[in-house]
Amino acid sequence: MTSSRFIITVIGSDRVGIVARITTVMANFNVNIVDISQTIMDGIFTMIMLAEAPEENFDHAAFQETMASEGKELGVEVKVQQEDVFRFMHRI
Amino acid sequence: MLINPNEILETIRMVKMEHLDIRTVTMGISLRDCSHPDIDIFNENIYEKITVNAKDLVRTTEEIQNLYGIPIINKRISVTPIAIVAESCKTPDFVSVARTMDEAAKEAGVDFIGGFSALVHKGATKGDLKLINSIPEALASTEKVCSSVNVATTKAGINMDAVGMMGDVIKKTARLTADRDGIGCAKLVVFANAPEDNPFMAGAFHGIGEPECVINVGVSGPGVVNAALRELENPNLTDISETIKKTAFKITRMGEMVGREVSRRLGVEFGILDLSLAPTPEIGDSVAAILEAMGLERCGTHGTTAALALLNDAVKKGGAMASSSVGGLSGAFIPVSEDAGMIEAVNVGALSLEKLEAMTCVCSVGLDMIAVPGDTPACTLSAIIADEMAIGMINKKTTAVRIIPAPGKKVGDSVEFGGLLGMAPVMPVSKFSSETFVKRGGRIPAPIQSLTN
Repeated sequence: MTSSRFIITVIGSDRVGIVARITTVMANFNVNIVDISQTIMDGIFTMIMLAEAPEENFDHAAFQETMASEGKELGVEVKVQQEDVFRFMHRI
Repeated sequence: MLINPNEILETIRMVKMEHLDIRTVTMGISLRDCSHPDIDIFNENIYEKITVNAKDLVRTTEEIQNLYGIPIINKRISVTPIAIVAESCKTPDFVSVARTMDEAAKEAGVDFIGGFSALVHKGATKGDLKLINSIPEALASTEKVCSSVNVATTKAGINMDAVGMMGDVIKKTARLTADRDGIGCAKLVVFANAPEDNPFMAGAFHGIGEPECVINVGVSGPGVVNAALRELENPNLTDISETIKKTAFKITRMGEMVGREVSRRLGVEFGILDLSLAPTPEIGDSVAAILEAMGLERCGTHGTTAALALLNDAVKKGGAMASSSVGGLSGAFIPVSEDAGMIEAVNVGALSLEKLEAMTCVCSVGLDMIAVPGDTPACTLSAIIADEMAIGMINKKTTAVRIIPAPGKKVGDSVEFGGLLGMAPVMPVSKFSSETFVKRGGRIPAPIQSLTN
């Protein structure tokens, strides 16, 4: 049941460089973007990515921590959650 | 994108804004192979058994919390009722067993350990009596140990001798923990029809029909149901029921996924998912708020029992669709001290002990986390228990009483337990005596199962 794919959500006020800096962290961890969608809802920047982690030597905890601290610097909230949680909750 | 972005944002909102969480991952551990006449050896055996089985429980649970981004609030352990496994120990009391459980719980890093329990619905053995008499000191001298006593079932009736004893046990427990507002009583439950696989405290124990080791999960989400209902525009009660069902479905799915993953990683069987709506003192994370969202000015007014019946049933229907492993208590909890809306309802005079008793006829579990004056006689506590046990016995459901006769407190005061246990306003009890009735003892026979009118 466990998948190596993650949903990454970035929510916060819009500013220059959010996508660039978040995706740089992902590239450093060798995490591939499978799909990406981005909207501004009521002035709030919302980016959702479906990402795939490498099969070997992937440190999930370190990735999550680095993404969260990068988000903090940018003033946005970054969440990295395994995709199963969304699939399981809304689909039979 | 394969997953709808709105669904992703909905899940995130549930967790972040509406306090959706996994309330507990509870590992049930059988202690049946630990029995020994020498209580020191017995204590060594249970310490070893608990700490070995639960050694990876907290770490694994935290890994899964991070992986899915869903908070898991408590990690707990439940064990075989101690009255059964310590029966052959030749000591006058079992307090040292509770202390050993406390140490094992601390070593494992869990929040609570349940199972300092006895099942005496038909009658008590010597071991049962030793355990019941040990409860006050056991709860006063430990931090994490929870205790429960089952005094009634639909098939056996109500053991009124045990009900009578429990009034005294509760009073003594309050007295021994008087310096902390009688907090010992917050860790003691008296049950009718106690479930064997309940992951929620204080009533969790590992039943005798359970496997060697098992993972049970309790999910919670009154805040999510409350928010979903408040979004509806002028709904009728059918719409409300439908929304509760759908929300309960989603909450349950998440709990099932987490439970299965924890059990897979630990190599332990997955038992049940308990989809109870367990409130917390956080604003909005309240069962009372859900009832008020249905249109009641205050929880406790006329109509509250009907609203609660709708809520409880819709939660079960949504949950049963979402998981084939639903068990435990599974319903809406109405603990007064843990629910900001209930506290408010008591404070403004909308909610009384009598109304709470009526509400327990249609929901899980019973009179829960209720503070009454410190000078309430033991026989009045026993009579309150007897009433609640009768509701459980006749309605073939689990009911329970967790009541705190707050030492030195009177109506209008409140007690403060902190954390998930919250604070409770002291509620009045009847000033008329039940003493003669309680002291008669004996059994209230099992009820007839037909002619149900």
